[in-house]
Amino acid sequence: MQKRSIVPIVYILFLMLPIYWLIAMSFKTTNEILAGFSLFPQTFTIEAYVTIFTDPTWYWGYINSIIYVSLNTVISVCVALPAAYAFSRYRFLGDKQLFFWLLTNRMAPAAVFALPFFQLYSAVGLFDTHLAVALAHCLFNIPLAVWILEGFMGGVPKELDETAYVDGYSFPHFFVKIFLPTIKAGVGVTAFFCFMFSWVELLLAKTLTAVAAKPIAATMTKTASSAGYELGLLAAAGTLTIVPGAIVIYFVRNYIAKGFAMGRV
Amino acid sequence: MKTENQKAWFFVLPVLLLVAFNAIIPMMTVVNYSVQETFGDNLFFWEGLTWFEQLLNSERFYNALGRQFLFTFLILIIEVPLGIAIALAMPRKGFWVPVCLVLMSLPMLIPWNVVGAMWNIFALPDIGLLGYTLNHVLGINYDMTQDPIAAWFTIITMDVWHWTSLVVLLSYAGLVSIPEAYYQAAKIDGASNWSVFRFIQLPKMKNVLTIAILLRFMDSFNIYTEPFVLTGGGPGNSTTLLSIDLVKIALGQFDLGPAAAMSLIYFAITLLVSWLFYTLMNREDLNTEGER
Amino acid sequence: MAKITLSKLRHSYMQNPKGPEDFALKEIDLEWQDGGAYALLGPSGCGKSTLLNIISGLVVPTEGKILFGDDDVTSLPPDQRNIAQVFQFPVIYDTMTVYDNLAFPLRNRKVDDAIIDQRVREIAEMLEVTDMLGRKAAGLTPDNKQKISMGRGLVRDDVNVVMFDEPLTVIDPHLKWKLRSKLKELHQKVRHTMIYVTHDQTEALTFADQVVVMDLGEVVQIGTPVELFERPAHTFVGHFIGSPGMNVLPCEMKDGAAFVNGQKVDLEGPLKAGMSGKSEIGIRPEFVSLGNKGLDAKVKKVSDVGRHSVVEALIGDLSVMSIVEGTLPNKGDDVKLSFQQNQTRLYRDGWLATEMGGAS
Repeated sequence: MQKRSIVPIVYILFLMLPIYWLIAMSFKTTNEILAGFSLFPQTFTIEAYVTIFTDPTWYWGYINSIIYVSLNTVISVCVALPAAYAFSRYRFLGDKQLFFWLLTNRMAPAAVFALPFFQLYSAVGLFDTHLAVALAHCLFNIPLAVWILEGFMGGVPKELDETAYVDGYSFPHFFVKIFLPTIKAGVGVTAFFCFMFSWVELLLAKTLTAVAAKPIAATMTKTASSAGYELGLLAAAGTLTIVPGAIVIYFVRNYIAKGFAMGRV
Repeated sequence: MKTENQKAWFFVLPVLLLVAFNAIIPMMTVVNYSVQETFGDNLFFWEGLTWFEQLLNSERFYNALGRQFLFTFLILIIEVPLGIAIALAMPRKGFWVPVCLVLMSLPMLIPWNVVGAMWNIFALPDIGLLGYTLNHVLGINYDMTQDPIAAWFTIITMDVWHWTSLVVLLSYAGLVSIPEAYYQAAKIDGASNWSVFRFIQLPKMKNVLTIAILLRFMDSFNIYTEPFVLTGGGPGNSTTLLSIDLVKIALGQFDLGPAAAMSLIYFAITLLVSWLFYTLMNREDLNTEGER
Repeated sequence: MAKITLSKLRHSYMQNPKGPEDFALKEIDLEWQDGGAYALLGPSGCGKSTLLNIISGLVVPTEGKILFGDDDVTSLPPDQRNIAQVFQFPVIYDTMTVYDNLAFPLRNRKVDDAIIDQRVREIAEMLEVTDMLGRKAAGLTPDNKQKISMGRGLVRDDVNVVMFDEPLTVIDPHLKWKLRSKLKELHQKVRHTMIYVTHDQTEALTFADQVVVMDLGEVVQIGTPVELFERPAHTFVGHFIGSPGMNVLPCEMKDGAAFVNGQKVDLEGPLKAGMSGKSEIGIRPEFVSLGNKGLDAKVKKVSDVGRHSVVEALIGDLSVMSIVEGTLPNKGDDVKLSFQQNQTRLYRDGWLATEMGGAS
């Protein structure tokens, strides 16, 4: 048992190394970074963080990202819930084909779809809004949400539904009061995955925004090219992009563990 | 058994509308591009299947496609066994489980361009931790901006770092769903560790593993941001994957027609391989249907 | 193929057990004769599964020894103990055929292929699964799956004991009966020692020659089904076995005689020496009759349970069940209850405190 745990420990160390390097670098001065190799910051500075938190173009990047990611998570989960219920409980015309078609939407190379997306959202007047990014991310998040939720719902015996109807619950009442609480863990896991994939996607988010809803990732790319090689600032901004994800995963960790216990994620 | 109910379509309708809006209209636009030539200013000329013909006869396309397949192949044969091995070695319960899960999920929660950027910094020959260690501690000549092998090594390592956890998490989910009695029975039956893996753990992980492989295939085959930020496709064209080439053509040279044709072929290949996985998975489901 | 002896066995799931309440098993001494059909009966949480796992080697006891014949196997792992176990839920290897499933324990022990083939076919014949041998095990119905799990337990002819851990839990009621008689039949054919763990008295009493009743980590009584029914060594056994269970009535002791609610009750025989503590009368409803002599009581409830009726009557505020055939009293009637003397026992602190009566 003890010998086996070496494997995950080594793996986690491997995962942490680049992250450590990013964080260490964010506390170094640009001069120190370029001067040569140092394992720890020699002259510890939080200058990069000060810049980020005082400059609106920086911190609004974070706020924008968080807004459209949250919006997308809410939309994806709400829309996927009834659909997943339908897939897990009923057979209907074209259900299998529909399921596979949904899945195929993860396969389109986002790179070339960027331009049509830009045209589409400009045409409907949503360009440079948080809603545009949130809706665009539904393309790959909804299929995922439906799939995960369907798995969890499949684990709930059908008798639960039937008992509730016998007890005189209406469908919406049953769904909200009884069904949702039983698959709480599943909803948590789904929300987590939606958040994650929306947070990490950049290409569409960048394409669909200009100023008002510009995501943090886009701000970073711009800095990387315009301000020369401000590695410290870039590292600090990068470090800060890890924070929201880390917070979210901390909150849903028990759901995820439970989700695993249910055997389906 | 599921009941037949056509009204279920109403439940699926919102999903259908939202996804169709995002999927079908842009897809039609791409199809439209793929048969036309543009010189900017919204001037389009009918070209028929010229772009497709050109593409299927161009060496550049096959090279990029080959690199894309090589990349995906390497990713799958490294990440899948590694992910299973790590999942097997993880504790099944206790305090360390959520800790492991949280730490392992971290790389997946970092925006993709940041992943590329941090690995770029990490691999810098003289000032990055990886680059410095390889060059000055281990004495290996390593510079991914000069050496294609080094570039490939870095890209693969980055993806292993980024996505192996997905395989770990999914395999782990499959593993913890195995009732303790199976292990006890195997012990009593005198099964070796290998037999336990081969006849209990692997079959029980099969469904989640198929999903993991499918997801890893789709995502690694379409990967763009991370390698682009890391190497920009270089040195030379050595790490120019199909997706990177595509963007070069579409946005760099603004050759929308060829790029659209290329992405349709690209999409078709992804679809074909995924469909193969999907049907294989469903066929297995049919075999085990009596179980329910 | 040996007698199994459990000696001074104690087990706790805690690291440092202190008081007796920390022990899931408290001091167990038991012998299982070679070839016997035993049942281990008790409510959930009484420690029967722990005991089973200790015998199979999945759990190492905190204290005490396990002997197979004369060999101490306390610290041997399960695969070296030559035992077989059938679990609550059918454990089968999904990807293998039925044949491979049955052959698996033998192959792992490097048995000769010809012998494997012969054994597998023999067992398949007994279980009536010969026609399924070539099929994938994953597609079977639950009862067939459980048959295969049983088959894996029976296929080795060198096993010391085959253990069944509530094996009929997931089986449909009408098939339970079939599988149970199959099991009984198999025992008569293969003559392995079998231990059948269950909380269902019907399963235990129909399967076993000897039933071991457990409660709160202790063995309360060992005996044949008839012994358990007629002379429960503990009020728990009286309660647990029988339907309805034994009547247990608090009583007062005066000069060696027992009084329930102030009325004298005749006991089966003399009191055992050296017993003390709370006194209770135990009598099964089967041996309580309504008549014109005996203890005064009032009928509280009459329920028809098929072949006979159960009359619940109150002596003071003590409720007494009686099984009655023939004419029934009405609710609220005043009746007299007579206890059949040779079935009326006294319990002190739960344990039987009367000797069997003389020739009378």
